[in-house]
Amino acid sequence: MRDEEKKAAGGKQSAVSGKRESVSNKNPTSAGFSFLSSFIPHPSSLIPSQVPHPSSLILSFVVFLVLLYGVVYPNLHVLVASLLRDGAWSVGNYVEALSSRTVQESIASSIGLSLLTVLLCALVGVPLAFLFERYAFPARRLFATLATLPLVLPPLVGTVAFIFLCGESGILARAVQWAFDLRSAPWSLRGWTALLIFHTYTMYPFFYVLTGAGLRLTDAGLSEAARSLGAQPFTVLRRVVLPQLTPSLIAAALLTFMTSMASFSAPLLFGGGVRVLTLEIYNARQRGDGAVALTETVILAIISLCALLFFQRYEGTRRFVAAAMKGTARRRSPIKSGTTRAVAVICGSVFSIALALPVATLVLVSFAREGGWTTQALPPSYTLDNYARLLTEGGTGEVIINSLLMSGIAALAALCWSFCAASLVAGGKRSSGVRSRWRRVVSLLVLVPWALPGTVVAISISEAYGETNPLTGSFILVGTFWILPVIYFLRFMPLVVRAVQASMEQIDPALEEAAGSLGAHWWQRFWRVRLPLIWHGALAGALLAFVIALGEYVASVLVFVPSNRPISIAIASEMRDFRLGTAAAYGVILIFIIAASMAIAARLEKRRR
Amino acid sequence: MTFLSLQNISKRYDATVAVADLSLAIERGEFFGLLGPSGCGKTTTLRMIAGLETPDRGVIQFDGRDITRLSPERRGFGMVFQNYALFPHLDVFENVAFGLRARRRPKAEITERVKSALQLVQLPGYERRRTGELSGGQQQRVAIARAISIEPALLLFDEPLSNLDVALREETRGELRELVARLNLTAVYVTHDQEEAFALCDRICVMSEGRSLQTGTPRELYERPAEALVARFLGRNNLIKAMRLSASHVRSATFKTLEGGHTLNVFVRKEDLSPLNSAATLAIRPEYLRLSKTEIVEDNTLQATVREINFTGATTSIKLDAGGLALEALVIQADGLSVGDACMVMLPPQHITILGMNKGMRDERRDEG
Repeated sequence: MRDEEKKAAGGKQSAVSGKRESVSNKNPTSAGFSFLSSFIPHPSSLIPSQVPHPSSLILSFVVFLVLLYGVVYPNLHVLVASLLRDGAWSVGNYVEALSSRTVQESIASSIGLSLLTVLLCALVGVPLAFLFERYAFPARRLFATLATLPLVLPPLVGTVAFIFLCGESGILARAVQWAFDLRSAPWSLRGWTALLIFHTYTMYPFFYVLTGAGLRLTDAGLSEAARSLGAQPFTVLRRVVLPQLTPSLIAAALLTFMTSMASFSAPLLFGGGVRVLTLEIYNARQRGDGAVALTETVILAIISLCALLFFQRYEGTRRFVAAAMKGTARRRSPIKSGTTRAVAVICGSVFSIALALPVATLVLVSFAREGGWTTQALPPSYTLDNYARLLTEGGTGEVIINSLLMSGIAALAALCWSFCAASLVAGGKRSSGVRSRWRRVVSLLVLVPWALPGTVVAISISEAYGETNPLTGSFILVGTFWILPVIYFLRFMPLVVRAVQASMEQIDPALEEAAGSLGAHWWQRFWRVRLPLIWHGALAGALLAFVIALGEYVASVLVFVPSNRPISIAIASEMRDFRLGTAAAYGVILIFIIAASMAIAARLEKRRR
Repeated sequence: MTFLSLQNISKRYDATVAVADLSLAIERGEFFGLLGPSGCGKTTTLRMIAGLETPDRGVIQFDGRDITRLSPERRGFGMVFQNYALFPHLDVFENVAFGLRARRRPKAEITERVKSALQLVQLPGYERRRTGELSGGQQQRVAIARAISIEPALLLFDEPLSNLDVALREETRGELRELVARLNLTAVYVTHDQEEAFALCDRICVMSEGRSLQTGTPRELYERPAEALVARFLGRNNLIKAMRLSASHVRSATFKTLEGGHTLNVFVRKEDLSPLNSAATLAIRPEYLRLSKTEIVEDNTLQATVREINFTGATTSIKLDAGGLALEALVIQADGLSVGDACMVMLPPQHITILGMNKGMRDERRDEG
């Protein structure tokens, strides 16, 4: 959040950089999710130091090398491969794919599901943000923090928890069945409804967090001015508040749309008859139908990239957000009436319980004795065996170490690389022409792997590096330990770059200029000024990439090596074998590591302030 | 030899011209001001002197050396930034020591010099304080201490007082002047505040739209502005459009005002000679106008009506209408005058300045358009 506030606040401060500190006292709810806010289109970056960087040539070289081999080449490779048929150029693959009913249906389902998800998430997230940002009531902070809970839940773990809770043999269904003495399960968790409920549960925080950040940015003085001009509260909302929120809402809608397009675990486990593109790609690959998988991958990539381009286009078109930061500080209005207060608290509690239930279920099931839970609402007997087995049995403890190692490597590489990339990208608008055009290209390329669904990244890397090709300098990654760290790195380095970039843009350019005028050379400026000021933010970003990589499933399932399975693959296979307790125990351990890392990240963010 | 010279410096950002063909010559030991409204290019000029920007054209020479493309860390100039730019992760001591550490000075020397720098800015004992805990004025002093700790060859100030409140600003101003004089430093000071520039600087360059309008001592600028923009920017001024009537001869000339058609006698210097019947702008400071309710039998006395009286504290501003010519007078007391009264207003010829003839008129028109 903080990055964005500062960034947007710093918008028009090219000349008067002195005011920057004055806007930093915003409240820090839901710390640790600042990465989300870095996706709000922001007006214009601060103008960076003009002091030339002699090392920038080496930096550019490293950055371009990684982008070339990690982003450009694999994706072009897939595109070219999809356009080749029996060694000749042809659009036959596409004609065939687009005329097939299955593919048509899956495109329509993917887009339809994503649009509906956006709508539902907006309906839940936006009012919630208004409630928590605009009004004060007991336990508001607790609820506000709980509301971001689904963000730390890896999709696969969330899906598993959802099945335990709401599935046809889950706790809720069994409880209803038992209470009303029904003969069969009251519902089945399949198809559109299930997918939409689950998507809303996991993705509404995008709207909640970004709208909240946007609301904190809006100038209360503007609303007060509108009121004093005689506007009714509703008019103020429609004509003053919502226009200011548009950048946040657009960003949230796109994040939700793209996440939903990439969603894989939920359609896989309880999608029922709903065919979505990610699932079709997986199925085609399992069938060994490489051409179809490639074609569908390109189609999915194109849809996601269109969304990204729309987002980039939109970036910077709404400049007024930052216009008035000198306004009055907005205070949360306390809810005075006793009844309303009670309603707010009750709604908040019910909501929070609903949010926490899947996690609670997961914990509960992780203690259930394997095979002991059949028709009862709750598991009848509890044991620590699941955890004991995880940690002692050969091969299982290894899974956790594997995951930690691979995510750690990816996060560390992303951290180092981000310093290079962000130094290039965190450029100002002042330097014009070729340089800034290159900058835009770099920042777009950095974003591409983030915008592409995990399925696409996994397929493009495995296709591009499946066989040696000395001409393009490609080497074999498929089947080696390194394929997953590389994919994790590519998928999540945009988050780290954004975090580092946000931290860099927060630095007053005058600081490095002052260091320069005091006689510090570029390496001294980097070590003594820039690094001490950004390492908190950078490390927080790297931790975030680490935890997301830890729970990664979508790409892992396509390319993992049996000797080197990550946790998510282990969870899926335990689920297949109906060893629910073990699967849940894995999930709980994962959540535990994630929560710990996020706490550290949040603390780092706080230190940064 | 000129200590610091800027020769025909130009700088543009995309389409906007920041500095156009600017030349300056600053002498050793001088406190030199760059004065102008925001966006006039004064800060860009300072940044080019510091090496933070490179001019597109022109040459900057320092002590006989061409430093146009020298990087800032090799110049050894101290700079005080508008927002102070104190390193937030370092304490006061480390901030002041930064430049010395960059120069890899021995530890004992660093301690010694930081101490004496802090003494100079009257902050002894603040070494271990974090910069965030300091007040604006104290941060300002730390920034100055940091800049002087490296024994700069030239001290650059970018509106350093603009973030302080009025009382503190005047106090710091005095101390700053004294400090620079005591250390025998040469300073370039950027400000948009005329009073500040006048109080601090030996010489001032008034800038507008990237150009230098006039360079001179505060007194010269105030008394003899070269053109209407300078006259207007440096305090209030009555600007009167007029035509020259009498033939050109040194000492005195007669002008006829375009508004009101009054005849004014003006003392003329050699450089103000101009052809007959040409347009000019006359300037007279409001404090030089003399008002009287009774008849004055002197040159340049006009009949006027009081339009507005504004009491502003030490002085009172009286707006007058002299037969279509609007004038403003500053007096200590309104002297029993009230709105609507008729009175006599006298414009002492020795205080009337003839502004750059055609230029003045052109600027005038553009301003109104």
